[in-house]
Amino acid sequence: MTTPRTPDDPELAFLDRLAHAASRRQFLQWAGITLGVAAIGCGSDDMGTGPTPETDVMLGSGDVGILNYAYALEQLEAAFYVKAVMQPYAGMPAAELAILTDIRDHEITHREFLKAALGTAAIRDLDVDFTGIDFTSRASVLGAARVFEDLGVAAYNGAGRLIQDAGYLLLAGKIVSVEARHASAIRDLLNPGSADFAGDDVVTASSGLDRALVPADVLPSAGAYVTDSIDASQLPTA
Amino acid sequence: MPQRPTTQTILDGIDPDLLAHAVSRRDALSHLGRGAAGAALATAPVALGVMARSAFGRSRMPGQVVDVLNFALTLEYLEAEFYATGLDAGGLVPASDRPVIMQIAKHEAAHVALLKGALGGEAVAKPTFDFTAGGAFADVFANYATFMALAQGFEDTGVRAYKGQAGNLIGDGATLTTALQIHSVEARHAAQVRRMRGQKGWITNASTDVAALQAVYAGEGTTSQGGVNTAAFTSASAASEAFDEPLGMDDVLAIAGMFIQT
Repeated sequence: MTTPRTPDDPELAFLDRLAHAASRRQFLQWAGITLGVAAIGCGSDDMGTGPTPETDVMLGSGDVGILNYAYALEQLEAAFYVKAVMQPYAGMPAAELAILTDIRDHEITHREFLKAALGTAAIRDLDVDFTGIDFTSRASVLGAARVFEDLGVAAYNGAGRLIQDAGYLLLAGKIVSVEARHASAIRDLLNPGSADFAGDDVVTASSGLDRALVPADVLPSAGAYVTDSIDASQLPTA
Repeated sequence: MPQRPTTQTILDGIDPDLLAHAVSRRDALSHLGRGAAGAALATAPVALGVMARSAFGRSRMPGQVVDVLNFALTLEYLEAEFYATGLDAGGLVPASDRPVIMQIAKHEAAHVALLKGALGGEAVAKPTFDFTAGGAFADVFANYATFMALAQGFEDTGVRAYKGQAGNLIGDGATLTTALQIHSVEARHAAQVRRMRGQKGWITNASTDVAALQAVYAGEGTTSQGGVNTAAFTSASAASEAFDEPLGMDDVLAIAGMFIQT
């Protein structure tokens, strides 16, 4: 287990930036740490007070709806990797920590970019729920990572045709290939040197095509990790 | 517009005219008896081929879409032949790496078949390739390091090429979706090849360990996205990695053209 951090630790500064970027309760959930007065260390989850009933999260319509849809997924991914890196499973090799740290930073970048792009139209910070993931288990963490990355790729691939603005489509395109790189790397970590990086389970062998899913087929899977109820009813469907 | 002769390759000139009429592929899909949206996406490759030959009573797709698909086909021809040749070269690909290279080769061959099927009689012919690029990479099929360096270049270029064409497919949802579904597979390939070469799966700044491939990575260091300074969120290097950049058709063909015999 890592030792408590000193106040001048660069990662502490990074976490402090996160804390200011998100609501305090969300930060506690994502980072899975207990904020103390003198020092901060990786400890057991502090989920704060119990959840209060909240209204549905409305993604909205048109391009805003699609961007919020992407923002929701990036929130989920970022929160997951923040936690995975903050509480690395025992014996995580340095190379794997480096990969997960990179991915964490990419997902945070995606999340914050989408939040900035959406401005006042952005949905609120989601309540994530990772109780189904065992962060002490390599198989569980990398398995969840694979699910998230493959889902993200399929979501962006399926959403492209629903975007009206060419600029937003390009930005989504810039992100999706990076998610695919993530997926490839995670899958290779799980089964090194095999065809799994782009396995037949996710890339159709006869066509060489990755999956593309409509929001209605993505949100139930993503919703398993979010306690908020997400309303996607106004998203474009054609 | 007369059909493109099948001996013509994309380097013989891309038709500048025939900007697509704003035809709605949504109507076409509804005529094909589209069911649930998910099902439609699953059959998009089939729909793509059918529409190529029958959309709106015309025998061909709008010229802009044809040009994009022929551009993609040219790159897929290149990759497919590159990997097939490499797998056939005795002693080149180590046994431990063959599962990966075979999976990539399988996908590229599938992409060629898919795009040729969609284009039908309008598919460009396969060019004659020279993977030594006139001798610059003389040992491409004898030296595995050279082979893998070029593989990385082709995959990362392919990602940028498809990305650069997405905007040209707005309004043709089925084709756009198919292009995106190929694009992400090329990115999976790219990440794997890069990691096999000891590189990160993602592109940091505009850097490359192979000087001859610098053109492939031009512009990849940008961190300003949609007017947002993304470097401020974590770090400039992570921000540069978090977004892959497009490359226009001319720039891609300049790269690919090095490997095409004229």
